[in-house]
Parts: sequence; structure tokens; C-alpha cells
Amino acid sequence: MSNDNKIIDQSKTGSVVDWIEYRLPVFSFIKHLCDYRTPINLSFMWNFGILAGIALVVQIVTGLFLAMHYTPHVAHAFDSVEHIMRDVQYGWLLRYTHAVGASFFFIVIFAHIARGLYYGSYKSPREIVWICGVILYVLMMATAFMGYVLPWGQMSFWGATVITNLFSAIPLIGDSIVSLLWGGFSVDNPTLNRFFVLHYLIPFIIAAFAVIHVIALHQFGSTNPTGVEVKNVKKETVPFHPYYTYKDLVYVVIFFLVLFMMIAFLPDYLGHPDNYIEANPMITPSHIVPEWYFLPFYAILRAIPDKLMGVLGMFGAIAVLFVVPWLDRHPTKSGKYRKYFKIAYWIFIFNFLCLMWLGGQEAAEPYLTLSRISLCIYFSYFLVALPLLSKYEPISPDIPESIESSLKSKG
Amino acid sequence: MLIKNIRFFAIILFASLQYLLFIHNAFASDIFKPLHPKKEVAWQFDGVFGKFDRASIRRGYKVYKEVCAACHSLNRIAFRNLTEIGFSTKEAEALAAGYNIIDGPNDIGEMFDRPGALADHFVKPYPNSEAARASNHGALPPDLSLIIKARHDGANYVYSLLTGYKGTEPDSGGLYENPYFITGKLAMTPPLADGIVSYDDKTPQTLSNYAYDVVNFLQWTASPEMEHRKKIGYKVFIVLIVLFIFCVIAKKKVWDDAGK
Repeated sequence: MSNDNKIIDQSKTGSVVDWIEYRLPVFSFIKHLCDYRTPINLSFMWNFGILAGIALVVQIVTGLFLAMHYTPHVAHAFDSVEHIMRDVQYGWLLRYTHAVGASFFFIVIFAHIARGLYYGSYKSPREIVWICGVILYVLMMATAFMGYVLPWGQMSFWGATVITNLFSAIPLIGDSIVSLLWGGFSVDNPTLNRFFVLHYLIPFIIAAFAVIHVIALHQFGSTNPTGVEVKNVKKETVPFHPYYTYKDLVYVVIFFLVLFMMIAFLPDYLGHPDNYIEANPMITPSHIVPEWYFLPFYAILRAIPDKLMGVLGMFGAIAVLFVVPWLDRHPTKSGKYRKYFKIAYWIFIFNFLCLMWLGGQEAAEPYLTLSRISLCIYFSYFLVALPLLSKYEPISPDIPESIESSLKSKG
Repeated sequence: MLIKNIRFFAIILFASLQYLLFIHNAFASDIFKPLHPKKEVAWQFDGVFGKFDRASIRRGYKVYKEVCAACHSLNRIAFRNLTEIGFSTKEAEALAAGYNIIDGPNDIGEMFDRPGALADHFVKPYPNSEAARASNHGALPPDLSLIIKARHDGANYVYSLLTGYKGTEPDSGGLYENPYFITGKLAMTPPLADGIVSYDDKTPQTLSNYAYDVVNFLQWTASPEMEHRKKIGYKVFIVLIVLFIFCVIAKKKVWDDAGK
């Protein structure tokens, strides 16, 4: 009965917007996004989520056009990339944007994860937001790894060989997994083909998970620097639009500014020269290094002498992120009000940068010993420091009553 | 507050880039441990405002054509590309016509020779890598199109290598001593010597000038888009700075009444 009335109402007003809205509530969805209440006190560290979304769009769009000119065949891949660089209109711009854009995506994601770790963004009730984020990170790494194989340079080929070979360390089924990844008995044309297909596919899965990430986030809203949940919606939050759309815009412009300066003036700065040599299965480069964003995990892999343990260590270093919400059970969310946590956190960040540096060094002393120390610090942050601190760190008396009172005390 | 945040943000981005440079240099120095540090040349193409030195590139082309091309291919360059470095279309056509290109099959199924055209790529000195090895004591002369980008600090590396031979006599293994090469010895005969290529202009015909010019030429073959790329960089910079100022003003205006 009420349905019938609605239909009559629709026909009376006759607006196109109403007509569509009645059948597909797209406008109320946009309205939800615009009205989404966001804490008023977010710092610039809360901009990286949007930037990650934009970096994803940049990668998908440039990647789409690159795929129109790229040939996933061992005999033509390297040539087709050079064809893009030389003969396709603005092909060099597409390719450099895609390559530098990948690095910027990782810079943004590292900052985003570091913010989450510091401000306890993973804590209840946002565990699923965090888990979705870690899944996104894993998918991103897989995509980046396969993307690096596509130009079919020396580092592409040998990087692919080293990393896919790791799976052979798995007992019993390891060798079968490797054959499955390769599509044969070495990294060859079937490998390149399937990596191309997956490299094209996974970004859309990433996009889907990003939507889930945001839906889960909107359930309880963003955290904020105080770590205190919103109590007075009217005074402590603002609608996302126009407040955060305009604020994000400022940082989006800075992001593109730095990105384009890199593309224009230092496009090959983050790449490896060996990847301008066509892949040659008969010649091994003197030193195989992954892209910079894999270096911390590469350092962990090499620090452990046993192959299987090394592989477990490397994957464990990422997997441990999934359980962070249950390792850190301290009631205080924000690291700002946790004196001892802060110390552990900054040691962890510094150590992560050390691991990254160590990953780029030769697999020799003293780097191996340093990597082992660094690796222990990495895991003890998660497995020792976080659980112990949750138990013994006292709750600070400085934690503000509410976001509003924290703003007042600042003046 | 916003300005402070932006400063933080910029510092984070900048610091992370600096850190990446640090890492990059660290592993760069590990892979290539030259016995000598490379010679540092002040190249005209270096830096944000660097441009191609077209006169030098054309001389370098001559050096490549008369010396390097005997063994090294330059597969990724077509004769049409020569118009980008100051050759007229007619000159480029004439240069192309000086080569025989194997084409075909024709309608009776046979391959035939024809003079080169603008669309043709540079002609390889050897039909395949086996032939190249057979003529060079087993060593394969690499294609030079990308050589500058395929080595760390490529321009200085190639310049150092070309000017860095110690003597002109090979050792018992047929290798020549050159401290800039990764192993200190390489199969390539010292390719350049004073006066072996005659320049059309008044540039002194010295080994170091030949090396300088050929590196300028190879820098162009490796990244022919460089000038275009930098030009777009200046434009984007100006546009985004202006946009940035507007965004900051707009953001301030929007936030003026926040929470009231």
C-alpha cells in the first residue's frame, strides 16, 4: 500500500533525480559520502588514505593505456616497452608515471600503515578495517612484483626467478607450486603471460577490497589523534564535504607535484640500470636486488640461513600485521598518550628503515649479522613489546576527556 | 596550522626520497666496484635545466658511425630519428640511402636488397649474436641504444671507459687493461685515438672530445624524450604551484567556521 503511494508521489514530482533515486539510490549514497561525519581534529597523517586511492587510480589508468601497446611475450616484451618509450605518443609519460607511481603508491602506503600503528587505528572496533588494509598491502606487493617482471629486463627475469624459487622451500608441495607459478620448468613465456594477466586482474580486486576497507571504516568513522572516540557529533565532527574534500585537495596537489617532478627530472632514479638490459637466462647479474619497497623483507629472507625458515620469516613479517589488533590490547588507542609505547614505536620505525638499507647490501658480513639483529627487533616489537606494554604500561592521566576538551586545552 | 602540516608533509615526502637515494647509492656502489672512481664530466644534459648539445650529438653520431658501428648495433634508432638532432629530412634520407636493407620476400618469394629509407632502423653490423661473437674472440659487443641507462651513472661510466685504457697492447689472453671496467680488463680494443675521425667543424680531433661527443650521442639514443619530458615538468610545476595556492586559500575559507 505504502509502495503504491510512493509511485504516485514520484509521478507527481516528475524530477529525473527523483525518478532515478527511487529505482537506484545513487544520490543518497553520494549524500552519505558528503555528509559522512569526520572528526574535526585530523592531522595531515589522515590524508594518506585518500592519496592511496588516488595512486591506485593513477596506476589503473596508466596501466590500461600501457596494456594497449605492451606485448607479453619473451621475444617482444622488452622491445614493446621501448616501443612505448619511443614511438607511442606520450608513451614515455605513461610508462614513467606508472613506474614512478608504483613507488609513490608504496611511500603513501608505508606512511598510512605507520599512522595506523602509531594511533592504534587497528583497535576495537576497527579490526576489520585494519585486516582489509593488510590484505590490500599484500595484494599490492603481489601486483608490484609481477609488474616489475613485465618489462623483461635482467632484474625482471632474475627477480622473478629468485622470488618464485622461494616457494620450492615448502615441504612436499613446494616444487609443484613453483611449476604451477612458472607454467613450466623455468621462468619463461608462460610465466610472463600469466604474470601479465594477474598484474592486470589484481588491481581490480584491490579496488574491491578498498571499497570494503572504506565501508568498514564508515561503520565507526575515522580515528583521530587523541584516540578518544567522538562523543558530541555536532561539535567534534564536520561533514566530509566540503571540509575534508578541500583539505585533501591540498595534499593531493602536493602529491602530484612531487610525483611529476620525479617523472620529469629523475624518472629512472628508483629503478635499477640492469632492467634496461634485456633478460638473458644465460647471464646472472652480479647482484640481484628487488625494488626498494621489498628490501626490508628481502633482508629478513637473507638473514636466516635456512631456506624454509627464511621464507617463513619473510612471509611471517607481513603476516604478523594481521594479528596486531590482538597483540596490542592496551586500552589507550593513541600512541600520543603512551610514553613507553612511543619509544618502542620509534625504535621499530628506525629499525624498519635499517632493514630496508640492509636489504640493498651484499649478502656478506657485517650486513648479515646486522640484518639478524634488525630482524629480531622487528619481530620483538610485535611479539614482545606490544603484548608486554598492553599488560604493564600505566594509563596516562593526560588523556583528554573528549575531542572537544582536547581542542579547548590547546586554545 | 595548515602551513605547519604541509611543511611536515613535504618534509616526510622529501625525507623519504632522500632516504631512497641513500639506499640506492648504497647498493649501487656495491654492485659496481670500479677500481677507479669514475671521471665526473659536467654534461650539458645534466640537471633540471639540462639540454641536449646538438652539435656534439651530431659529431658523436659521426664517431659512432665511423668507429663504434663496426661492432656495435644501435637497433632502437631509426633514420627518421636523426631529424630530432638537427639533420634535415633530406640529409637523413641521404644517410639512410647509403645503406642496403634486406627486404622481402618479393612476389616470387625471394629476398632482395634495397636502399634504406627514413622508416628503417640502423643496420646491424652482424646478422646475429653468434656471428658477432665469432668475430670478436667470443665477446658480444652490446647494442648501444640504451647503454647509458643500463649502467650506473652511465654517461660518466662510458666516458671513463673510453678514455681510461692503460696502453694499447692486449695481454696474453687478448684482453685490454681498463680500470673502469668491472673486471679491470675487457675484450674491446681501445676504439678511439687522436685524429681518427675528422670533424666537419673546428672542434679539436682528440680522443677525449670523441668520447665526450659519443656519450652525448648515446645519451640521446637512450632517452630521446628528455627535453620534452623536462619541458612538461616546468609546465606542470607552474600549474600545480598555482593550483596549490588556490587550494590552500579555498581550504582556509572552508575551515574558517569549522566546529562553530
